[in-house]
Amino acid sequence: MNKTITAEAQIASNIVSAKISARKVNVFYGDTHAIKDVSIEILDRSVTAFIGPSGCGKSTFLRCLNRMNDTIDICRVEGTIELDGHDIYDASVDPVQLRARVGMVFQKPNPFPKSIYDNIAYGPKIHGLAQSKADLDGIVESALRRAALWEEVKDRLAAPGTGLSGGQQQRLCIARAIATAPEVLLMDEPCSALDPIATAQVEELIDELRKSYSVVIVTHSMQQAARVSQKTAFFHLGLMLEYDDTSKIFTNPDHEKTQAYITGRFG
Amino acid sequence: MTDLASSAPQRIDWSDAELRKRLARRHSGDKWLKFAGIAALAISFSMLGILVLSLVSNGFAAFTQTHLKLEFEISADRVSAEDPAAGNYRAIVRDAMLGLFPEVTSRADQREIANIPSNGAQYILRDRVVADPALIGTRVTLSVPVSDPYDQLAKGLVDRKTPEANRRVNDQEIAWFDRLEEKGLVSKPLNTGLITNADSRFPELAGLRGAILGSFYALLVCFLISFPVGIAAAIYLEEFAPKNKLTDTVEININNLAAVPSVVFGLLALAVFIGWFGLPRSAPLVGGMTLALMTLPTIIIATRAAVKAVPPSIREAALGIGASKHQVVFGHVLPLAMPGILTGTIIGLAQALGETAPLLLIGMNAFITQAPGGILDSSTALPTQIFIWADSPERGFVSRTSAAICVLLVFLILMNALAVVLRKRFERRW
Repeated sequence: MNKTITAEAQIASNIVSAKISARKVNVFYGDTHAIKDVSIEILDRSVTAFIGPSGCGKSTFLRCLNRMNDTIDICRVEGTIELDGHDIYDASVDPVQLRARVGMVFQKPNPFPKSIYDNIAYGPKIHGLAQSKADLDGIVESALRRAALWEEVKDRLAAPGTGLSGGQQQRLCIARAIATAPEVLLMDEPCSALDPIATAQVEELIDELRKSYSVVIVTHSMQQAARVSQKTAFFHLGLMLEYDDTSKIFTNPDHEKTQAYITGRFG
Repeated sequence: MTDLASSAPQRIDWSDAELRKRLARRHSGDKWLKFAGIAALAISFSMLGILVLSLVSNGFAAFTQTHLKLEFEISADRVSAEDPAAGNYRAIVRDAMLGLFPEVTSRADQREIANIPSNGAQYILRDRVVADPALIGTRVTLSVPVSDPYDQLAKGLVDRKTPEANRRVNDQEIAWFDRLEEKGLVSKPLNTGLITNADSRFPELAGLRGAILGSFYALLVCFLISFPVGIAAAIYLEEFAPKNKLTDTVEININNLAAVPSVVFGLLALAVFIGWFGLPRSAPLVGGMTLALMTLPTIIIATRAAVKAVPPSIREAALGIGASKHQVVFGHVLPLAMPGILTGTIIGLAQALGETAPLLLIGMNAFITQAPGGILDSSTALPTQIFIWADSPERGFVSRTSAAICVLLVFLILMNALAVVLRKRFERRW
């Protein structure tokens, strides 16, 4: 309760704190230097977009934020990434718990081949967030409501999640990610496999989620970045060339490469 | 960029004779490939057809057994009521036979007549009387199998035109048997003994019960060992093991193990399980352990392939929520890989069911007339039983060998059908 009041106070005073701050992050895949000296402050309760040509390292960097890169044997991360001031690569941090706090939505909708209900309930179950069946039901319902999917699926929670349409599946994955009450939501090109209508629904949802989460989205669509984000970072060849307010990046970027990219002259 | 833009695109004349010829060649290539495929299928199906046809036509004779309906007099002086099992049933059978041919007086002929029913007739009669001692002092009518030469004769497998000297039954014996047939005492019921009897020296009494049970116990042991160990090994290699020289070596060796001749596993089992551990010879336990050695690589390879085929997006999804590694494996990867694992396992077990060489080395080809009661009893297995029968000189074992192969094939088909059913079932859950 106390927390929400301070949060509202912060919004009211228009001071948005940094949720994640990365300093001098370097990522290596074996001998390949994939991310070079990236430092960034990601704000709470806002949408940050990562843009850049394919292979520029934006997805790699995104995956550092919830330590998904740990699962790749040859991947090595240097530098510090702090979540609320605590280094997430510290030995005392368990990546399993971190991933409950920093949820992730992937490029391709990847619901589990289980029922809609079980898809959402899985996270809370493994983290022991629900004390009773009623508790769990409540979590599932609120997650589905926040993902704007409840009305569509409330009568068939036992139906397989893989039977939904592409857009619904992606919203199901978002609901699954927010069911563990994360503080940050990472989205890796969440709309690249969706049609324009589903994309619009997901974008609307992202805008909605911004009120409670810090959202980081990787996208290949300039329009999408411009539509949904408040901050935009431009990545190129493993470097973060520019990071600023979205309005500034898309109207008056400092860097000429950014200018070239957003106007479609290379990519 | 500029080079391409400046030169005008060259128009290709698709009606050119050379190009048309080339196109026709490509199409004929398609046709040949299709034809070769159909021909290969046709050849393999006809081979299979020939195999099954020859087995069934050979084994058909063994699916029935010639029986003789005889009336036995269980007199109290031959069988005592106190100990019915110790009675002189051999004499009772002999009397019953001689009663049908009162005119035969020479001892040699009488001996021949007494040999028409199977040697096992006395035991069938004994078991009947032991089960119901009230029969002592009465007359019992029983249908008993006839001995092998007469069984062959009744089934028309003995050519009556062959010179008498080259025949297993002489003219006199044929005449006696024909008289029995005229009296309507001969019948050819379904040979249930083929499944319910254990092995015997006499083909008319020999059955597969011991072999089927032996194979069952051996496969059970094989499954219980190779399934968990195989899955555990595959999961570790696929999900947990670091990718380095050591795991590469392990992987190469597993693939090599799958190709090792089975007789080598038999020698290994003989040296280790029987030699060092002192486990009993001819036991399904040792047979199953040996087969498990052979099945393990198959299961590991199948499981690894099935685990690899699970889409990485599912793993990412679970990891992304914060599932730990074992939760990802047991909650998501294994259930999705299960159909593939089961198929691989059953194919491995089917292979093990047909395996002969290693079982020969650990003594599962012994002559054992009693079905095993557990995994430590001596026993044969289906393929070794086929081996024993194929090696036996009695004519009756020729058809029985084919019949036993048919039984083995039926079990193989059942197992493969089970694999399909399980696969379907597990896939439907998702």
